[in-house]
Order: sequence, then structure tokens, then C-alpha cells
Amino acid sequence: MSTSLLLLLIVVIGFIAYFAGRTRSLALSGGKLSNLHSLPGYHGSYVAIWAMLPAALVLGAWLIAAPVYIDGSTRATLPDTVQSQGPAAVQLALGQVKSVAGGLLRLSGEELAALESGSANLRATLASKGVALAGEGDPYMVTVAKHFNAMTATNRWLMTAAVLLIAVAGGVYAIRNVAARFRARNQVERVILGSLIVASSIAILTTVGIVASMLSEAGRFFTMVSPLEFFFGTVWDPRFAAAGSGGASGQFGLIPLLAGTLYIAFVAMLFAVPIGLFAAIYMAEYASPRLRSTAKPLLEVLAGIPTIVYGFFALVTVGPFLRDISAQLNGLLTGDYQNFIQAQSVLTAGIVMGIMLIPFVSSLSDDIITQVPRALRDGSLGLGATRSETVKKVILPAALPGIVGALLLTASRAVGETMIVVLAAGVAARMQINPFEPMTTVTVKIVNQLTGDLEFTSPQTLVAFALGITLFVITLGLNIYALYIVRKYREQYE
Amino acid sequence: MNIMSEAAVEKALDQKMNTVPYKMIGKDVSVYYGEKRALFDVNLNIRENTVTALIGPSGCGKSTFLRTLNRMNDTIENCRVTGKITLDEDDIYDPTIDVVELRARVGMVFQKPNPFPKSIYDNVAYGPRIHGLARTKADFDEIVETSLQKAGLFNEVKDRLHEPGTGLSGGQQQRLCIARAVAVSPEVILMDEPCSALDPIATAKVEELIHELRTNFTIVIVTHSMQQAARVSQRTAMFHLGNLVEENDTDKMFTNPDDQRTQDYIMGRFG
Repeated sequence: MSTSLLLLLIVVIGFIAYFAGRTRSLALSGGKLSNLHSLPGYHGSYVAIWAMLPAALVLGAWLIAAPVYIDGSTRATLPDTVQSQGPAAVQLALGQVKSVAGGLLRLSGEELAALESGSANLRATLASKGVALAGEGDPYMVTVAKHFNAMTATNRWLMTAAVLLIAVAGGVYAIRNVAARFRARNQVERVILGSLIVASSIAILTTVGIVASMLSEAGRFFTMVSPLEFFFGTVWDPRFAAAGSGGASGQFGLIPLLAGTLYIAFVAMLFAVPIGLFAAIYMAEYASPRLRSTAKPLLEVLAGIPTIVYGFFALVTVGPFLRDISAQLNGLLTGDYQNFIQAQSVLTAGIVMGIMLIPFVSSLSDDIITQVPRALRDGSLGLGATRSETVKKVILPAALPGIVGALLLTASRAVGETMIVVLAAGVAARMQINPFEPMTTVTVKIVNQLTGDLEFTSPQTLVAFALGITLFVITLGLNIYALYIVRKYREQYE
Repeated sequence: MNIMSEAAVEKALDQKMNTVPYKMIGKDVSVYYGEKRALFDVNLNIRENTVTALIGPSGCGKSTFLRTLNRMNDTIENCRVTGKITLDEDDIYDPTIDVVELRARVGMVFQKPNPFPKSIYDNVAYGPRIHGLARTKADFDEIVETSLQKAGLFNEVKDRLHEPGTGLSGGQQQRLCIARAVAVSPEVILMDEPCSALDPIATAKVEELIHELRTNFTIVIVTHSMQQAARVSQRTAMFHLGNLVEENDTDKMFTNPDDQRTQDYIMGRFG
């Protein structure tokens, strides 16, 4: 019986259990629901949980454990000639045996007999059935494969029987528990609580896992390249990163990438902060509710545009425009129509990324500004202050910590942005301060190092993890600091 | 500014209130919130250097009327005011009137103490700064000190002028807000239930303060407490369902009102 069919059966048993539990509790209530501690639905759910949950858990555990056991047992039946060749050969043979086992199931009785007598070629026979073998195949494989198939079949049979038995037993046990004063509600509540805890621990454990794997891979990188060279190196030149070139050395200086990242993020913030903040002030303080209800969603549409779209907007529109206008300006001033802004430049990436960030700045700040109590506005207006005086002297100072927090969150987005930079600022890792020239960022270089044919043993690819962990630490730091500030601000009014 | 001398005020008080000149005149004042009408042709005049109390059950329009006096209703969406209100002969709803200047002349203290999240000093200096009432640090210091003194708060806070105003107790905060309003040297101060968020001791202090402020300012106060109206005011106006029911000397109002509804309200039969 296949696993999905088995799962379906468990669900069916669960359904039956639900209705059985419900019906039984209804019968016990004697026609008056208030006689029951819990509503019939809770009794039903309680029985269904007992029927499904243990069975599903056993099924999951079995599916993980059984292949390990079967593999181990199959390995032991391999001939000594193979076993003596070391673990790699054993693993290879095991793989072939599994292929053969898959193929054997498709053979007719005569073909099987021919194989066993050695009159037919193993590889050719299986190939005709659509099963490709990596090697010629040895006669012993058929025997081992048959053993494997037998074990697999027994295992399936045992698993199906055990799981169904547990499902039914769970349901029966639970239904015997159902009684008028039985606290099914509390039991169901505990299961719900448990599943919520499991869900949140999955999220947390994933994060921990990602960080741990980044750390260990970065650790491997640092065994090949000294951290000093990485963190303080001023030249980024990783050389070739093809398979087998592990020995070829390159220079992995973080500084040019970090400088590019921070520079582009800075230019982006230079555009996004004033525009976003002013938009937020207008929306929160001046705009009529009708205008606000249409303009705010429109502004937030900007946040929904995928960054790659901004990227090619930069590539085909903003970049060429800046290049051409700089050529015109230069021509008007000096007579030499040579552009001084490159199409791919820090400025292009900064402007486009700034446009992308405007909605973040404005909607976050708008929320914070509208949180400032109305009493403060009235107090200031009541003293004869104008609206802009009120905004400047009362509302912004009161909202400042929150706004700073919002800006830090935005900055961490700017630092982590990739697609816009790839297309708008180029991939040249350079150390310079001219905003009209191309530069590149940490994220772009991670993409660069991880595309193409890869071998995860060379520093050329492992450096991506070191870059990743650096970026992670920067954005994590920004986010934590931002949250700290925002939280501190929240306490102020209450 | 039109400040009567101490003696003149005392004299005026000794006479019947009727002889005190009007500071503000409201004629046929109606207020609409969208389609809903909140005030119906109210004719109410505010006498100079007098505390006028506005009383009435919740939702009767007394706060609405108060807010028309310095056009704070302008900040409410869909609010429309008709009729005429004058301040010393100037129509305050005239299009040529500068609202900001009007609010400097008619200050306001709110129900809930609302000090700005700044220092005590900066709270008081806020108004004078935006209106350019002083130039030098010494001038500001003086305004801050006298305003705090007028609000009866100076002795309590003189050692911590540069600590945040939000750190004061509720009653102190409210007196800080009064000092803040006083610092702009308004002619009229509007108070919207200034003691409703305060405990009895703080309330007593604020009431005493209102009593003293009357020599320099014209005060209009909205209150839910009959006793408070009787204690602090010389004139009382009773509102009911958006109408002005009766306006009279406070003494007369609380002993022998003309209108049955006033009597019922004062006796606690409704509202």
C-alpha cells in the first residue's frame, strides 16, 4: 500500500472517529447539551486526534527509520569482495542494487529466469525496461536486489498494519474516555497549544540552522583565507572559480564590496528619506481623508513592484538618461560631449533603490506620526502654532525615535538589496568615491560567486558564505537596534 | 491687551455682573458636523475678566461652543460654523482673520493634561518662541518664570526646569499646560473640563488658580461639576441638546434659575 493511500486511510479513520466521538457524547448528554463539560464537536475532535496523531507520528518515524535499516541489512548481504573495497565502493554497489531492484519488479518470469541463469545481460535487459544502470552489473546483484525487494515488501506490509492498528486503537481508546463530564475541551486545547509551539520552533530552528550552516561554511573559508586578509583586504580578485581549481589563489578583500554596499545604500537613503518623510507628513497631517484613502495605497503599490523590475527600469531608462544628460551638460559647459556619468553607476543604483525605498519610509513613518496623540497637536494648535510649526516642533520630535527606527529598518533593506544593484551599478569591485562610476556590493558578489559550475571546496565559492554572514551580521545589527529604539518609543506615551 | 486694574476688577465684581463689558459676543452660532447639527443658534456673550462656566449634560454642545471661540473646530473634518462671533469687535470667522493670531489671543487648556514631550522650560517657552515674544535668553527666562508663577507651579519645579514636563504629576501637568497658555499672554483662556482627569487636591489647586487668573484674563470653562461651576465662576450658561437654555449670574443660577430644565439639571434630575 502506498504511503499516500495510507495517509488517506488515516484521515478517513479520523473522520469516522470524529463522528463516533460526537455521536457518543450526544448520546451521553441525554438531549441536554449543558450536561456535557465540552460541546460534542470537542469530543469528536478529541477522538479524531487520538485516532490520527499517534498513527501519523508512527508513520513519519517509520518512513525515516525503515530505509536506514533496510540499507544496512542490504549492505551486509553484499559479497566480501565488494565490502573489502571500502565504503565508497559499497555505496556505489548499493546504488546499483537499488536500481536493479527497481528494474526486477518490471521483468516477466522468463526474463528473470534468464537473468538468474546468467544467459541474459543484466544491463541490456534492464535498459529495455527503461532502467539505466551506471555499470555493467554483477550477477550477485540480482540476488541482493531480490533480498532488498523482499525486505521492502515486508516492511511496507508491516508499516501499513502497524499504522492502521495504532489509528484504530487510538480511536477506540479515546472513545472509551468520552463521558459527560470528560474535559475534551481542555485536551483539544493542549493539542492546539502543542501544534502552535511546534510551528514556532520550526521557524526558530530553521533560522538557527541557516546561521549555523553559514558559520560552518564560513569557517571552512577562513581556514583557507585568513580573516585578516578577508576583513581588511582592499582588493577583490577571487580569480577563476571552476571545479578543481581549489589551489588557485585569489584575493578576497571585503573592503571594496562593503564600501560599495554602504555607499549605494547611503545614496539611496539620501533620495528615499526626504521624499518618503515629506510624503508621510503630508499624508498624516495635511491630506484629507478622501485623498489619503486613495493616495496611500497608490504609494504602497510601489512597495509591491518586484525589485528586478526596478532593476531593468534602471538599466534601460534611468542609467541611459543620466549618461545622456551628463553628456549634454558637459557639452554645454566645455564643448566636449563626453558623458561624465556612467550608465551603470552608484548614482543610478542609488536613485532607483531610493525610489524603491520611498514607500517603506513613508508608510512606516506615517504609522508612527499618526500614533502621536491628538492631544499634542491640539495643544500646539491651541497655542497659535501653524500646522508646520506643530509638525516641526512637536510631532516630529515626539515621533523621532520611531522614525529613526523606521529608517534603520529601511537601511537594512537597502544593504541587502541585490537585483537593482546587479543591473544598475555593475559588478566591478572597485574602491573609489566618485558616485558617477560603477561600484558593486556584497550581495552582487555573492550571486557572482555562486552562479555557474560550482565546487564547494574552493575559497572562490566558500567566500560567498563569509560574505553572507558579514551581511547577516550588519542587517541583524541594524534591525535589532531599530527594534530597540521603536520599543523604547512605544513606552513613552503610556 | 486690555487689562483692567486690580481695583477696577474688584469694583466691577462688587457691582452686578451685568455692568461688565463684553469681551466676546456670539450671535446665532450654529455648528454642524457633516449633516448633524450640534448647536442651534446660540446667543452667548462672554464678559471681560470674568469666569464664565458652561454646564449641561454630556453631548449638549458646551464643548463645541467653547471650541468655536478659538476656531479649534477648524481642525475637525466636516465641521461647519454659522453665525457670528466677535472678539473685541473683530469677527473671528472673517476670511481675513489669521487663525494662528486668533489662537494666540484666545488660548486653550484641554481636558487631559497634554504637555509636549519636552522640558518644563521648553513647554512654557513654546508659545513665546513661535510668536517671537522675546529675543534674549533673559527675556525667555523671565516669561517662563512669571508664567509658572501665575500658574502656581514655579516653586514646585524651579529646580528641575530642564526635566521633561511629562514627568510631573497629573495636577502639575495641567498647571504646566495653563502656564504654557498664559505665557503667550492671551486675552481669553478657554478651559475644556480642565479638572476631569485630576484628583480632588489637584482640582482644588487648579480652581484656586482659575480664581486668581481672572484678574488678568477672561476665562471660559466647561465643567461637569456643578460645585466647580459654583465655586469658580461668576456667570454660568446652561446648555441642553445643542441649545442655550439659560445664562445668568452664577449665584442666581444655582439658587433661583429661570428655566425649569436648569433647575432639574442642577438638582440632578437628569444628565
